[in-house]
Amino acid sequence: MAAEQTVLMDGAGIKRALTRIAHEILERNKGVSDIVLIGIRSGGAFLADGIARQISVIEGGDVPVGAVDITLYRDDCSGHLPHHPVGKTDIPFSLEAKKVILVDDVLYTGRTIRAAMDALMDFGRPQSIQLAVLVDRGHRELPIRADFVGRNVPTSQKENVQVVFDQANEPIEVILEK
Amino acid sequence: MAEFKHKHIIALRDLSKEDIELLISTAENMREINSRDIKKVPTLRGKTIINLFYEASTRTRTSFEIAGKRLSADTVNITTSSSSTTKGETLSDTALNLLAMKPDIIVMRHSVSGSHYFLADKINCSIINAGDGAHEHPSQGLLDMLTMKDKFGRLDGLKVAIIGDITHSRVARSNIQGLTKMGSHVFVSGPPTMVPPGVEKLGNVTVCATMNEALQDADVVMMLRIQQERQGKTLMPNAREYSRYFGLNPNNIKLAKPNAMVMHPGPINRGVEMSTSMVDGDQSWILKQVENGVAVRMSMLYHVCGGELE
Repeated sequence: MAAEQTVLMDGAGIKRALTRIAHEILERNKGVSDIVLIGIRSGGAFLADGIARQISVIEGGDVPVGAVDITLYRDDCSGHLPHHPVGKTDIPFSLEAKKVILVDDVLYTGRTIRAAMDALMDFGRPQSIQLAVLVDRGHRELPIRADFVGRNVPTSQKENVQVVFDQANEPIEVILEK
Repeated sequence: MAEFKHKHIIALRDLSKEDIELLISTAENMREINSRDIKKVPTLRGKTIINLFYEASTRTRTSFEIAGKRLSADTVNITTSSSSTTKGETLSDTALNLLAMKPDIIVMRHSVSGSHYFLADKINCSIINAGDGAHEHPSQGLLDMLTMKDKFGRLDGLKVAIIGDITHSRVARSNIQGLTKMGSHVFVSGPPTMVPPGVEKLGNVTVCATMNEALQDADVVMMLRIQQERQGKTLMPNAREYSRYFGLNPNNIKLAKPNAMVMHPGPINRGVEMSTSMVDGDQSWILKQVENGVAVRMSMLYHVCGGELE
């Protein structure tokens, strides 16, 4: 880890961004009815929990939260590289006619989001899928954009953006590695 | 991060503890797919899997076929009773001919121990062993370990009694190889004619003279099938006598721990290895074993596709 690191957001900044995203989700969808949050493992799943807590603070009541692991839907499984470990998809409710808020930590090429949407479609036909991300770092390779963004960060493709979580899975900072 | 580097899965003896942990944890995470409305993920789209079975099978073949299909692979079944084998084609020729059709994985069951190693040298696709003679049956060993982990949350420190025809049992060998790597202690018992000399050298294995000794305080009781097809008539006098000394019943199960789980790889000879009340009783995990079999085989197919040619 000789790479140069810059802290883009600290814990308080992340919390404010998630709170704003929670407000925007409620505003756009006019409340919590039919809303479910699905986080992409692993970072997005932790953030989805955080956003759900904010929503229940603002609006009262609980929003269903699930997690999706996209490993089995990746588009780079066909080569002879060791396959990625498979995480657990945990969506214990139907997505039929729901407004799904898909949550990820960093939006980059868009390939992860494509895989996640394919996975979600196997759980029913949602009314809509909206995308919330903590950081959008650009360089899309697919026609995908986020509906709710914590922070837009212009990056080069040589850089790496990472959301760091503590042991309790709370986000503590966003770092940029050069 | 754990990586699975094997191109073939022929025996649990060839796998490390980390490999086994990865295969089991992947199976645990894939299990959820089997309870969805749409039981399919696109992972192995475009891969071709040939199930080549030189011996009879219901569970294993169906389970491998379903596992392949749930991962979106194309699966083809060949049973040798209806293939060119009956016309005298050798194993090696059959394999080379199948290979010309470019499969990605061949899942094979064969009555000759070690036949998969013989083939692995000749062909360039992945081979998964679905049972070879009296050698190994790795998918069964893995699904048994997954089922034990479901109940106890761990394999380390478990006392596992394996009762019956150890000599002819590839299920016993795979379980012994796997379980002892994972830190379990295996106790085997069977008629002296059915316990191979030197079995205790395979790992943390204790040979017990009587079934009761093996059952004492066991966490897991695994009963094996009497394999009429693999043995001569001289190994045991008759099924009734076998059942009296090595059959599991509501009385001798009391020697095991009160929450002990009862397992059997199937097919069961009811009333021989175990009484019907044990097969269908509260302690029986037999159908859970079958259920777990699909997830374990999905995990195996998934990981060999990412493995490297050795």
